[in-house]
Amino acid sequence: MAERIPAFLANWRQNIIYIGFVVIFVIFALTLSDKGFLNPTNLLNIIRQTAMIAVMAVVMTFVLASGEIDLSIGAVAGLTTVTVAMTIAVAGPFAGVMAGVATGIAVGCFNGWLTTRIGIPSFLTTLAMMGIAKGVAMWISDTAAVPILSPGYSWAFGGGSIGPVPVLLFWMLVAGALGHFVLRRTGFGRRVLATGGGETAARYSGIDTANIKFKVLVLSSFAAAIAGMLYAGRLQSGRFQLGEGDELSVIAAAVLGGTSLFGGKGTVVGTIVGALMIGLINNGLILMGLEFSQQLIARGAIIIFAVALSQKRA
Amino acid sequence: MTAVVMKGISKAFGGVKALDNVDFAVMLGEIHALLGGNGAGKSTILKVLNGVHRPDAGTIVVGGVALTTHTPEASRAAGIAMNFQEMSLIPTLSVAQNIFLTREARTARGFLDDAACEKKAAEIFAMLEVKVDPKAVVGTLGAGQKQLTEIAKAISQSSKVLILDEPSTALAVSDVDRLFTFLRKLKAQGVAVIYVSHRMDEIARIADRATILRDGKHVITAPLSDLPIDTMIEHIVGKRSKGLADVQRGAVTRGEVLLEARSLSGVHKPHDVSFALHRGEVLGLAGLLGSGRSSLARVIAGIEPATAGELRIRGEVVSIRKPADAIQAGVALVPEARATQGIIPAHSVASNIVLAVLNRISAKGVVDRAKAQKITDNMIAQLQIKTASRDHAVSTLSGGNQQKVVIGKWLATDPDILVLDEPTAGIDIGSKSEIIRLVRDLAAQGKGIVMISSELSELLTACDRILVMADGRAHQMIDRATLDDPAEPDLGHRLQAAERQLQIEIQKALSQETPHG
Repeated sequence: MAERIPAFLANWRQNIIYIGFVVIFVIFALTLSDKGFLNPTNLLNIIRQTAMIAVMAVVMTFVLASGEIDLSIGAVAGLTTVTVAMTIAVAGPFAGVMAGVATGIAVGCFNGWLTTRIGIPSFLTTLAMMGIAKGVAMWISDTAAVPILSPGYSWAFGGGSIGPVPVLLFWMLVAGALGHFVLRRTGFGRRVLATGGGETAARYSGIDTANIKFKVLVLSSFAAAIAGMLYAGRLQSGRFQLGEGDELSVIAAAVLGGTSLFGGKGTVVGTIVGALMIGLINNGLILMGLEFSQQLIARGAIIIFAVALSQKRA
Repeated sequence: MTAVVMKGISKAFGGVKALDNVDFAVMLGEIHALLGGNGAGKSTILKVLNGVHRPDAGTIVVGGVALTTHTPEASRAAGIAMNFQEMSLIPTLSVAQNIFLTREARTARGFLDDAACEKKAAEIFAMLEVKVDPKAVVGTLGAGQKQLTEIAKAISQSSKVLILDEPSTALAVSDVDRLFTFLRKLKAQGVAVIYVSHRMDEIARIADRATILRDGKHVITAPLSDLPIDTMIEHIVGKRSKGLADVQRGAVTRGEVLLEARSLSGVHKPHDVSFALHRGEVLGLAGLLGSGRSSLARVIAGIEPATAGELRIRGEVVSIRKPADAIQAGVALVPEARATQGIIPAHSVASNIVLAVLNRISAKGVVDRAKAQKITDNMIAQLQIKTASRDHAVSTLSGGNQQKVVIGKWLATDPDILVLDEPTAGIDIGSKSEIIRLVRDLAAQGKGIVMISSELSELLTACDRILVMADGRAHQMIDRATLDDPAEPDLGHRLQAAERQLQIEIQKALSQETPHG
């Protein structure tokens, strides 16, 4: 361990996310301690606000690593909150969960089919799907919030805690651990990295790259559906606005964590820390008492600064 | 015992026959060289064997079993492994991850075991006695290390038939020796090795038998003992060059020195190259892949930096750091990859031709359409570009005419010095002689031209002098006229004899570089 630290610092550009996370945490801890930043409740709140982004960002790491992108996740999460809430209302929580999973897989299959069989770039497929998913959610819910009256569902999906620890933390940890393991230690993860790293070479090596991309896009919508179910549980309702705009935070989290927008590179651990960093910045800026407009500017500037530092100079 | 028998293989690409009824057989435990010039069909027949291309006709039998499915997976299952000249490596993965991609070592529970892969990769490199770090990311490696990784990937499959397509282009001499030692071991184990190389000295050292292809047809298969180097070259060259022999070179009036390189070196290549290019002459650069021809062209055109030596244009030392400097100094490079570096296929002939002179024909940022049309019409007339109109997309033109558009684009910048990198690649023989005639005309009009071509007959037809290069160095400057035998009355035969002579000089340059070769 002792000899690994110098190597870690020598590759500081690569590890900027971890260094940056610690630096920002220390700065906030020093300057905002009187405003309760280090208060356990506040720290757990950061987790609560970050969990959905983190769950989606884990799979976004796979999507970006395979050389694709998914812009529809925020809207799919919103759509899922509505389908889950409406199904629970008529058929109970178990059916609701099934409906949520089905929503994700159906949208994912459609995205994957359009991208890998019809040949529409995923940027366009998922951009269009973003509008379609939102439209469907507005239409079937009549743009109204649908309440969820199942305490069990709400507890398990985001609302509950075990002692002081929110259930959302477990969702985030499970998603992160699973994602990290699949990307690093399974043949599927290796094929995802190979597909994004060099598609022709991957094909010549006998990898069905279209199939890999299809699966990755299905997984991405599935993760969006899980995030949607967590939103629905936490807020005990389904509304089309939930998750709106999340795709940008999710992509930012993955890129902050060192995942390449051009494919072939990515780590799930980095992505989780990236997501936490975005949550940390949001929280700190609010505690500082900045107005929303100022928060947006500061957050954008910090993200640009962090990514710029991680770039290798030519 | 035969390892591979290919019978009557034919393959056409868009009407062009790449392979015409070719027979090819390899024995178990032999190293079989596959030889031929550019476009002879070597790569195509290997890709058919490897399952990348499906043959139009013919049968393939591997180890006594007919191969009926033509996919890379089916060929691999039949025991065939091939290196792809860097095509099968993924730059973002490590060396070990690349070597065992899709065949990774697994732990007892079925998960990837990178440590085991790294160990196995290290064993392969130890067997080859070369140093490559199995943990290194492939994208950070130099060309030689990448090539060793490719080779390791091919041999790690413990296949019965190992195809090595130009495995030595980027390797150091000592690494080639180690590779050969290893191939002899494989041979002793009964593996059939198919070895493709343009280096006759290597072939003579390693191969047992050779098959020579020319223009997609089988010419000869014979033991190496029956094929001394000049016989090999004779079979490779054959009776080609039709259509080129009647391009007249005419008398040369050499003017003042336009471009002079003094001990010019680049990052890897070229190394310490000196030459002078005069007004009115065509200077050819001859050599094999990796000889530094294209690097030299890129250094002159400012795409790659010069690290030592000096470049003089019209007698004055110039510092060319970026392509714009070269254009300013009157140097234009017509690059090798026409479709990606030369033209914008979807744009019109006119907008392609004026692309490099937009500043000159614009006033306050608005392009003067009349001027643009005048330049385009001039070029269409001067270069005899066959296009329906100046507004047609370049993609609608034939390959030869697309190439003329690229040349026209650079002529519009009014350069004194034109560098042409493989100007006839991928165009038909008729258009080839037209392009070469054009090159001669441009020289006659007072330009200085540097031309690179892997087709020796074209170099011989177009050039006044030829610089032979190997391993980044200039070996000798040959006056084109000295390669001609004045006693030979038939121009076609004379060109063939000159081509054989030049081929021998290129091979000589190689063996000078590798004294024990």
